[in-house]
Amino acid sequence: MSAADPHHATHQALHRTIEAVWRIESARVIAGLTRVTRDVGLAEDLAQEALVAALEQWPQSGVPNNPAAWLTATAKRRAIDLFRRNAVAGRKYEELAREVEALEQTLPDLDSTLDNTISDDLLRLIFIACHPILPTESRAALTLSLLGGLTAGEIARAFLTPESTIAQRIVRAKRTLAAKHIPFEVPRGPELAARLTSVLEVIYLIFNEGYSATTGDDLMRPTLCEDALRLGRILAELTPTEPEVHGLVALMEIQASRTRARVTSTGEPVLLFDQNRTQWDQLLIHRGLTAIERAHKINTTRGPYLLQAEIAACHARARQPSETDWPRIVVLYTELAQLIPSPVIELNRAVAVSMANGPHAGLTLVDALASEPSLARYHLLSSVRADLLYKLGRYPEARTEFERAAGLTRNTRERDLLLTRAASCETDSTTNDQKPATSNQ
Amino acid sequence: MRFMVIVKATPESEKEGALPDPELLLEMGKYNEELSKAGVLLALDGLHPSSKGARVKFSGKSRTVVDGPFTEAKELIAGFSILQVKSLEEAIEWVKRGPNCSADDYEVEIRQVFEMEDFAPILSEEQIQHKVERRADLPNQTANK
Repeated sequence: MSAADPHHATHQALHRTIEAVWRIESARVIAGLTRVTRDVGLAEDLAQEALVAALEQWPQSGVPNNPAAWLTATAKRRAIDLFRRNAVAGRKYEELAREVEALEQTLPDLDSTLDNTISDDLLRLIFIACHPILPTESRAALTLSLLGGLTAGEIARAFLTPESTIAQRIVRAKRTLAAKHIPFEVPRGPELAARLTSVLEVIYLIFNEGYSATTGDDLMRPTLCEDALRLGRILAELTPTEPEVHGLVALMEIQASRTRARVTSTGEPVLLFDQNRTQWDQLLIHRGLTAIERAHKINTTRGPYLLQAEIAACHARARQPSETDWPRIVVLYTELAQLIPSPVIELNRAVAVSMANGPHAGLTLVDALASEPSLARYHLLSSVRADLLYKLGRYPEARTEFERAAGLTRNTRERDLLLTRAASCETDSTTNDQKPATSNQ
Repeated sequence: MRFMVIVKATPESEKEGALPDPELLLEMGKYNEELSKAGVLLALDGLHPSSKGARVKFSGKSRTVVDGPFTEAKELIAGFSILQVKSLEEAIEWVKRGPNCSADDYEVEIRQVFEMEDFAPILSEEQIQHKVERRADLPNQTANK
């Protein structure tokens, strides 16, 4: 069959429609099946079988009016068959078969998404996929597969990992969940905060996997940001009273708003202060700011994601770099450093202080970090220090520090830039631009 | 990828001061909530009848303003939304699930929004590999990107 064959073309179109239905429905179908089977691996297998049945039958029968109901009903029928076959092995299966049969009587209608049970099942599915018992990379793969409806092949391409590795990770993760009898539930009380942290970490990891790639590498990678955003937005509707969920969504929306501006047409990264701000996506910025407002309405305490989102928002609101509200960024970094003490955050804070209060104040903080062992070979510490020395007119010291930074960076383009700046200290330049001292800002 | 979902006008939606039936509004609200809960709805707005609008005609250097209303309701727009989905087929699936907003027949047009990927050159495997290697060399950007 050739692609020009009209029959083949129709078949391809139908295939894409089935894929789309799967993308929309799979998480809810799997979540509902996990509740009755108490086994997320089995639930996914059953849902997959229903998908295969759809691929076989729909080309002949046509797409049913309510494809979601069809998929769910088919998967449940398979569950009943399976439990009947296993009924000899124990009464437990007989009970399950009856339960599934009873459920099958109530087919979901189109309003079913608004049904609380389905929302609860989806939330349980997110928590089980992101369970801390699993290694982080397995949590990410399982979440994309169960909640995002992505195939192992798609996940593999996105993570630049062999497909067999991803498939193995997913299989092993499901086995671990079954072997350790991880319950299908939303954690309560003090456990909730820790488990939610794990969920947010997984979503942000997926986002960063897409975001840290230079765009144009592979058309699949930018879509990882979209997958993460979609998961975040779903989670925000399922847990509307959790400020950190809105914080993470806001952070991702605002970071994603810069996608167009952060690489050149040849794929070179563009630093925040050199970006063409008219290219920032105002729709995503608006969504990010709205998510921050939602978080503020819940309470006044700010977690790490909300703080990072608010820092990103300070940049997003400034139409030009010179309009940036640096004093506010200092306050936010100070709060963030208290929550998650980290020399890198301290360094960012020092840069913000230098922008708010002048290079001298910044340099005092940077010098205090000089003895920090984890920053000993961190080129950004040197380049920030060099820039502040330069701004203070201490050119010979600035030159030494720029050269030191150039020796530490592994990025050739950045090394060239640093060496150029080192050379400029010779010419005793008095130009003093208002850019912050680090590529991090 | 993003799609603009363009809801075409009907004689009813073009009527001055026309407000939709409350029951219909409720149904639309439920549908939009479903889109939001699925994380696919980025933006959504309804438009006033064309009697409150205008057209600017471009011809060479001249600009002529024509005030509304305009005839041919089916060529006018009554509202739009922006969906972020995986494929045109997924956008179609979501649109098909929406309630019928009118006793008159009308159309909903689905159009893909241009994004940076549409302009990105197609890279060879070798170029991709080069970029992947170089990515490992990029400075670690932790707190704020």
